[in-house]
Amino acid sequence: MLKKRIIPCLDIMDGRTVKGINFVGIRDAGDPIELAKKYVEQGADELVFLDITATIEKRATLIELVKRIAQEINIPFTVGGGINSLENAARLIKAGADKVSVNSSAINNPQLIKDIADKFGSQCMVVAIDTKLIEDEWMVFMHGGRTITPLKTIEWVQEVERLGAGEILLTSMNNDGTKSGFALNITSKVSDSINIPVIASGGAGLKKHFVDLFKNTTISAGLAASIFHYGEIPIPELKQYLLEQNIPIRL
Amino acid sequence: MIAIIDYNAGNISSVQNALKRLGYESIITRDKEQILSADKVILPGVGEASTAMSYLKEYELDAFIKELKQPFLGICLGMQLMCNSSEEGTVDCLGIFNSDVKLFPPKEKVPHIGWNSLSELKGDLFNSMNAPKDVYFVHSFYAELCEETSANCDYIFPFSAALQKDNFYATQFHPEKSAGVGEQILKNFLVL
Repeated sequence: MLKKRIIPCLDIMDGRTVKGINFVGIRDAGDPIELAKKYVEQGADELVFLDITATIEKRATLIELVKRIAQEINIPFTVGGGINSLENAARLIKAGADKVSVNSSAINNPQLIKDIADKFGSQCMVVAIDTKLIEDEWMVFMHGGRTITPLKTIEWVQEVERLGAGEILLTSMNNDGTKSGFALNITSKVSDSINIPVIASGGAGLKKHFVDLFKNTTISAGLAASIFHYGEIPIPELKQYLLEQNIPIRL
Repeated sequence: MIAIIDYNAGNISSVQNALKRLGYESIITRDKEQILSADKVILPGVGEASTAMSYLKEYELDAFIKELKQPFLGICLGMQLMCNSSEEGTVDCLGIFNSDVKLFPPKEKVPHIGWNSLSELKGDLFNSMNAPKDVYFVHSFYAELCEETSANCDYIFPFSAALQKDNFYATQFHPEKSAGVGEQILKNFLVL
């Protein structure tokens, strides 16, 4: 049986992780490799590295980092943040990223999804979408959630599926950072409206939130950052709990 | 030395990285002499089947591969190319395995992405593995079960997760991305 995936997300700035400094049991929590290895040991099913480096000049450090991750990590990983061209995506994939994720640049230029999927296959094309409830309508936001777009979330996910996306990473801005649970309603609606897998993000605070996410939904994976970084919910404990709740999980 | 066949398929370096972690050196090559003299040969691959087949033909590797005598491992698309045919781009493949590759029906999410369990394990690749193991899959096309199936996976219906015939081995999943279980399977191949 296909297992539901637990995916920690690591924020990267100038080649260093910017959260997770309180992570127990590693020497240099700023080193993305060391943190990533820890997650692999704990049973993470995949990893997402989100580059939040502000300046283009420093983005070269990301390529070097991706090469090192690919050398050292034996599970799949996605790299996202600032990918705005086919060349850009190609460099990351060549460096060893299994998947790339695009967000704002796909809204500015939807053809980018098709270009990357055609060249490297849908399996490596993740489209990240930030969504927020505005007067009864889930709208798509861009620029890290700072700018509203005219796109309705359900319409946009159907469009990106048509363009060749292989997976959707959906973040509910209403839930992100609240630790009050995932946005089940919109995430389920999104997952049921398309035939590609959906990764839910935003709101995880308790083990129970993952049960709610996976029980009786078609959602494929749950992504979180702070609860894993700060050791609030260790991955082995979460996975054991999910298994006891009859959620299919890899141990 | 292990030869990894270079035919413009994606993410070949991840196989090389995995071999290196296990302490094996490898070369990425399409040179026939180098491939012939290798102890083991790996046909990795992420990409589209008909395009990949046309590259194998262009480099005159199609008939050549079938004649190789050393242990040979196809991974993911590499495995699909070793079957009779693929619906992806409607193309005749190498025909090493008597199985046809078809598109999953949209009864569940497609692509089939994530960790899924192996069952009915047979043959050298799965030596010393008994309990059901989870490995990482990412694919939209599957190889039908056939006599050469050496491991099953169930997604919508059972399909070939691994195949074996003579010196030819293949996995639909990615052992190079399947954590410790994948490493064991690669090791089992490397010590053949």
